Amino acid sequence: MDVLGAVAASLFQFGDTFAFLVLSASGLAIIFGMMGVINLAHGEFIMCGAYVTVLASRAGLPLPAAILAGALAAGLAGMVVERLVVRHLYSRPLDTIVATWGISLIASQGTLILMGSTMQGVGTPLGSLEVGGYHYSGYRLVLIAVALALLLALYLFFNRTRFGVLARATIQVPHMAEALGVDTRRVYSLTFGLGAALAGLTGGLYAPTMTMVPTMGATFIVEAFVTVVVGGADVFLGTAPAAAVLGVVKAGLTAGYGQLFGQIGLLVAVIGFIRMLPKGISGFILRERA
Amino acid sequence: MSALSRHRAFLLGLMGTATLAAGPALAADPIKVGVLEDQSGDFAAATLGKVHAIQLATEEINKAGGIAGRPIELVLYDTQSDNTRYQEFMRRVLQRDKVDVVFAGFSSASREAYRPIVNQLDGLAFYNNQYEGGVCDANMVVTGAVPEQQFSTLIPWMMETYGKNVYTIAADYNFGQISAEWVRNIVKEKGGNMVGEEFIPLGVSQFSQTIQNIQRAKPDFVVTLLVGAAQASYYEQAASANMRLPMASSVNVGQGYEHKRFTPPSLANMHVTTNYIEEVDTPASKNFLAKFKAKFPDEPYVNQEAANSYIALNLYKQMVERAGGSTKRNDLRKVLAQGDVCFDGPSGKVCLDPKSQHMSHTIYLAKVTDKHAIEFPKVWEDIKPYWLGEAGCDLTKKDPSAQYTPSNPPPKS
Repeated sequence: MDVLGAVAASLFQFGDTFAFLVLSASGLAIIFGMMGVINLAHGEFIMCGAYVTVLASRAGLPLPAAILAGALAAGLAGMVVERLVVRHLYSRPLDTIVATWGISLIASQGTLILMGSTMQGVGTPLGSLEVGGYHYSGYRLVLIAVALALLLALYLFFNRTRFGVLARATIQVPHMAEALGVDTRRVYSLTFGLGAALAGLTGGLYAPTMTMVPTMGATFIVEAFVTVVVGGADVFLGTAPAAAVLGVVKAGLTAGYGQLFGQIGLLVAVIGFIRMLPKGISGFILRERA
Repeated sequence: MSALSRHRAFLLGLMGTATLAAGPALAADPIKVGVLEDQSGDFAAATLGKVHAIQLATEEINKAGGIAGRPIELVLYDTQSDNTRYQEFMRRVLQRDKVDVVFAGFSSASREAYRPIVNQLDGLAFYNNQYEGGVCDANMVVTGAVPEQQFSTLIPWMMETYGKNVYTIAADYNFGQISAEWVRNIVKEKGGNMVGEEFIPLGVSQFSQTIQNIQRAKPDFVVTLLVGAAQASYYEQAASANMRLPMASSVNVGQGYEHKRFTPPSLANMHVTTNYIEEVDTPASKNFLAKFKAKFPDEPYVNQEAANSYIALNLYKQMVERAGGSTKRNDLRKVLAQGDVCFDGPSGKVCLDPKSQHMSHTIYLAKVTDKHAIEFPKVWEDIKPYWLGEAGCDLTKKDPSAQYTPSNPPPKS
């Protein structure tokens, strides 16, 4: 076994885990990390994106467009949920848990009743390539690239655009933002919608690699929450380093001792992190900087 | 439209208790059959068909006059793929609903969750699912296939056809662990070589590392004992990494009809030993399939568990009628002890074995083609569930109510 092949294999495994953590967490980083809404329906937004992607793709849309349609549909669903339910509960975080959990149950059971217990997927595009004796799925390399691009886009969005700044201002000191003429209700609604759309994007991106069932969102939810909890409130400074650290822990342990130890290691690492850095990695970085 | 009518079928299913008991006017008290199956959650895709099969058998039996003149009344609960629901509902059907018999369970974890309750309340439960074998319990009748039926046929055939280096990936709970032990033993016995073995926690959906491990070990074929919708993502991911290795399994196709759900060719070259799938090309099978589709036109697939559930209710009918209409467990077991409780059903002739209360099967080797069609390169007829009896389980003499494995056989007395 040549060294290059082994290094490529480890890098791929790390990148694959990193991408899964980043994409799982990106929507939740906004809704939970930034806005502070504990959204237990995050998995269902992912499922919504995946289902719409598959339906759109089977209706003849090319896959990238279908994935965008999935993200858009999840974003709209998110804005509806925000308008009807979450908006009234911003000051009652514990009630949000119950409400979003209820939404999650209704969404997955509703999908089961309307769409049946399973649906045919679309198949993974792009074939495979060989490096150092191993075959890799080309599509999973694309997922890694998308995860990196998404992190960059989120950074630019929240730090360089007017809406990003308004969103952060609104969430940090809502009455001051309001006094300065910001329509905070609209900002809340759009920010929540953006978080839901990112969840939908994740669902759409992973839809070609997974079994389509109404409960598919549940397989993302643990990774999403632990990444956001470890990352803290800042979408970019939190999610990126948290996913990197947890990715190393999980991929390393999975490679050495199997999937079970990968999962155990991930959760133990999270316990360690929140014990030492209660405000997450981004809280730590920003305090150092200040 | 199909979504709507499926919706309706689902609701009808929930209301089955009321609708199915109607039928021709039967004066006698109904025989109550409790049905605890996963109609939602991770396993629903494989188990909704079991509920429908029981409803189909109920309708047929009730139309023909019921069991010993008494209509069947179904008491349905959705166990939601959740082991604690099984315990809760098992208590409810036995204590509050006072059913005569229970048809229950998909995963082995759920069966082991409810089995102590059936023992404690001295009920009778049919487990209509293929599993890892070894349950020696007089309160249980098992109609699903077991490892000596599925692996003793499949693994030697695979080794002769493809080679002797084997890699197993299995779900990390009792089913996967014990099944993997069977595979390991058979491979060793036939002079083969286990080049790898990996256990995957339930609910895991990302398999990049596993795929890489298999590529490194270079097996001749992979035994996949994966369970649940999340783990089924393995096939798509393996195909996209260009694995193309022959696969062998006791659970795919026959249970989760992955060849219908996944895009070809992700399941190509999969080999499964099953006692029934809807592609089985016999008049009995076609007749069963036609009846099934007439009642449930939107059924995505009729799998082996559906056939076994259908057979189980017919076997139960026969046992009660031969016991003179009694539904008492001891009377039924006296009938069972005669050793000729048989049924000629969708999968061919099957008989219950008095020693283990398991069922003989015709075993079909189903091979999935590149286009996801099914071929049957081999059929083994009348394979008996012999292991428990040979290992020393004899329910006609003693009821240990235990589960045994090859490394933990019944104690020699």
